[in-house]
Amino acid sequence: MTPILSVNNLYKRFSGLVATNDLSLNVMPGETHALIGPNGAGKTTLIAQLQGELAPDSGTISFKGRDITQEPPHRRSQLGMARSFQITSIFPQFTALANVSLAVQAQQGHGFKFWRDAWRDPALNGPAMEALATIGLDHRAQIVAEDLSHGERRQLELAMALAMKPSLLLLDEPMAGMGRQDGQRMTRILSGLKKDYAILIVEHDMDAVFALADRVSVLVAGSMIATGEPQSIRTDAAVKAAYLGHRS
Amino acid sequence: MADQSNPSFSLSAWLRGNWPILLVLAALALVPTFAAATDNPFLIRLFTRAVIFSIVAVALNFVLGYGGLVSLMHSGLFGVGAYTVAILAFHDYEATKFLGLFAGTDNLAISMPLAFLCAMGVAALTGIISLRTSGTYFIMITLAFNQMLYYFFVALQQYGGEDGLQVLANLHFADFNITKRTTFYYVAVGVLTATIFVFARLVQSRFGIILRATSQNERRVVALGIPPLRYKLMAFAISGAVTGLAGALWASGQAFVSPSDLSWVRAGDYVVMAVLGGMGRVWGPVLGAILFVLLEAYLPSWTQFWQLPFGIVVVLIVVYLRGGLVDVLGLTRSKSASNTEGGHA
Amino acid sequence: MTLSLFIEQSLNGVQLGVQLFLMSAGLTLVFGIMNLINLAHGSLYMAGAFFAAMFIKITGNFLLAIALAIPCTAIMGILMELIVLRRFYARGHLDQVLVTFGLILIFNDLVRMVWGVVPVPMPVPALLSGSVEIMDGVLYPAFRLAILSVGLVVALGLYVVVVHTRTGMWIRAGASNRPMASALGVDVQLVFALVFAAGAALAGLAGMMAGPITAVQVGMGEPILILALVVTVIGGIGSIRGAFIAALMIGIVDTFGRVLLPHALGSMVIFMLMALILAWRPKGLFPVHG
Repeated sequence: MTPILSVNNLYKRFSGLVATNDLSLNVMPGETHALIGPNGAGKTTLIAQLQGELAPDSGTISFKGRDITQEPPHRRSQLGMARSFQITSIFPQFTALANVSLAVQAQQGHGFKFWRDAWRDPALNGPAMEALATIGLDHRAQIVAEDLSHGERRQLELAMALAMKPSLLLLDEPMAGMGRQDGQRMTRILSGLKKDYAILIVEHDMDAVFALADRVSVLVAGSMIATGEPQSIRTDAAVKAAYLGHRS
Repeated sequence: MADQSNPSFSLSAWLRGNWPILLVLAALALVPTFAAATDNPFLIRLFTRAVIFSIVAVALNFVLGYGGLVSLMHSGLFGVGAYTVAILAFHDYEATKFLGLFAGTDNLAISMPLAFLCAMGVAALTGIISLRTSGTYFIMITLAFNQMLYYFFVALQQYGGEDGLQVLANLHFADFNITKRTTFYYVAVGVLTATIFVFARLVQSRFGIILRATSQNERRVVALGIPPLRYKLMAFAISGAVTGLAGALWASGQAFVSPSDLSWVRAGDYVVMAVLGGMGRVWGPVLGAILFVLLEAYLPSWTQFWQLPFGIVVVLIVVYLRGGLVDVLGLTRSKSASNTEGGHA
Repeated sequence: MTLSLFIEQSLNGVQLGVQLFLMSAGLTLVFGIMNLINLAHGSLYMAGAFFAAMFIKITGNFLLAIALAIPCTAIMGILMELIVLRRFYARGHLDQVLVTFGLILIFNDLVRMVWGVVPVPMPVPALLSGSVEIMDGVLYPAFRLAILSVGLVVALGLYVVVVHTRTGMWIRAGASNRPMASALGVDVQLVFALVFAAGAALAGLAGMMAGPITAVQVGMGEPILILALVVTVIGGIGSIRGAFIAALMIGIVDTFGRVLLPHALGSMVIFMLMALILAWRPKGLFPVHG
């Protein structure tokens, strides 16, 4: 089976600091792949390179068998890569439904339609409501996004990613800043999505990681030090030393 | 969601939330009657100015309030439209050719669309440069482009240079004479009404929603797979075109254009009008433009130093009155009511 | 173009360049450090000229008048920062544009109230009223030569301060990374006030030097403000080096453009230059922020 996302020998330096060091990574179709590592290991830098906000110094990224290293971010999104941000990134003055409708619109193609009322367009609102229902936020569809709770905004962000009908979800700490209850709900939502999407998830919440992931990769100081099944990662001595041990 | 089955724009639904604009337009339409009753023709002149500035302020607000683009070149775009009409009329009157190539015309049915297109072209060209930058750069660059247009028209000695250009030809629109003061005023009010209607639809279209989303969170728009630049550019060109049309009206109504119509202070005034009226509504800037023109006309009769209180008013608005007049009058949509609109309209 | 005309125009260009640099130094630092777009910077230029003209009238001594006018302008700058602008560092650019636009209106009317609407004459000091023969048969006004020299000296001094002193290091740290600067223990409030005072003094100085050449009148700061904005944008917002190079470039290109090109083109040439440079490098020649 060919991987849906394949990263080969990626390098990224910031004036002396090596943020990504000869990093290679494969995400298989249908797989939930977790990326863990201590703060400052370069996880968000990696996500930004995958999504195209940052250009790597060298190395290649292929998506669905196609080299996308030089593609701009919006092209990668159009190809089916959807990202949720570590810091919630939504449209605060739109309702939850409108936020997701916009993602549906992006997925449907160009927006040079100047006349029809898009707020009332069932071609947008229908799929948007579906995506909201999938993550259990449909009852809050008409609330302006800035009035949603933190946890709900994280869910909304995920709904927007789903509405793009992606083949790969890049989730940058979807549980960041969530309380225990919200975190558990998000874990349930994500385990419901597992079967339908390939997911690359960066997460600090180890319970969630070991509950969700099919494989786990460990990033330390820009380098990948281990990749494997959750059980083997849990017992890997090098990982313990570099990461798990230092946390507890 | 009020009406899932009907995706077309519903005017009655829009008016339910925006009824005050009907009052404003009705009041504007009554100005000539009032002026005749009080034997005060100056009022028509004053309100012609207010209506034309309203068109600019509404067009500006499309990029300012909905697109988050602080443009300081709308007086320049206005001037491009105004000079298009005036220069064509000049060549018609002199029976000469523009650049030795085209004959002039006194027919507004030709020169007004041309003014619209010229302003659109200038907005698009300058937009390509300025929109690739963000925030402060955009403000400074639009200001610089405004000065470029200003100096350009100052330098055109053939067309009056600094002194401006008088329109001596008898302008007409196809077979209609629209330059009679009262007729012209009604035409201007008609254009304003159409402008409000068009922009009200634009901001709720797929295009308009992308524009609004871009101003709220550009990074997220990109992550959704939408390249924002082309939407901002299109919005800027549309806004510029309508502003050019307002300029064309101005040149026809006043029968005079001068570089002072392009001054950057006027560009700043337009921004003040939009903010003063309220950027949250398509028609909010109309209130700002009317109040601005009234203050500008009547403050000097109280004090020679009217810019001082006016400047203080501007500063106070920025500090205390974020929503503009629309907000003061309690016309900002409540959050629960905004739901059918998908956001603050 | 004859050699003598070429030399004369070159000097004019450099002279405009140094004046533009004095204007844009404050503008670019204030933006780079406080993230504030200050359209009222031109009012400081105007204020400098009016203060100088007033002190000349009172004291009859040009140098003394300049020495008194500079601190006055600096104080005005500090007051402007303290009373109004300080509240706007964190606000959006639209608010900053509006509030500084309002300030321009206020300052213009204040000047009209105090000094009247008629342009105030500002005599060239007797010592500098003649011309200097800079080479065989080429005469150049001594006053313009003095402006040029003073401007170059001040520009050089500013460069040394910003690039080679501890204060300058704070300023540059602030311009490139504000949170980092405060984390390093730089007294940010103090640096802000200092930069604002210095920027005001430089703008005022530029105004004083322009006074005898143009006229001292209301609104004199606005055309030069826009040129200074062009300089700032071309140089890269926040960069002193960029401002200096861009200022000289604009000064020279504008001067020669007006001499060599047809009138309509000559007045637009610097804006076209700006458009070209920004099409090539949207963040200017020497971008400071990443």
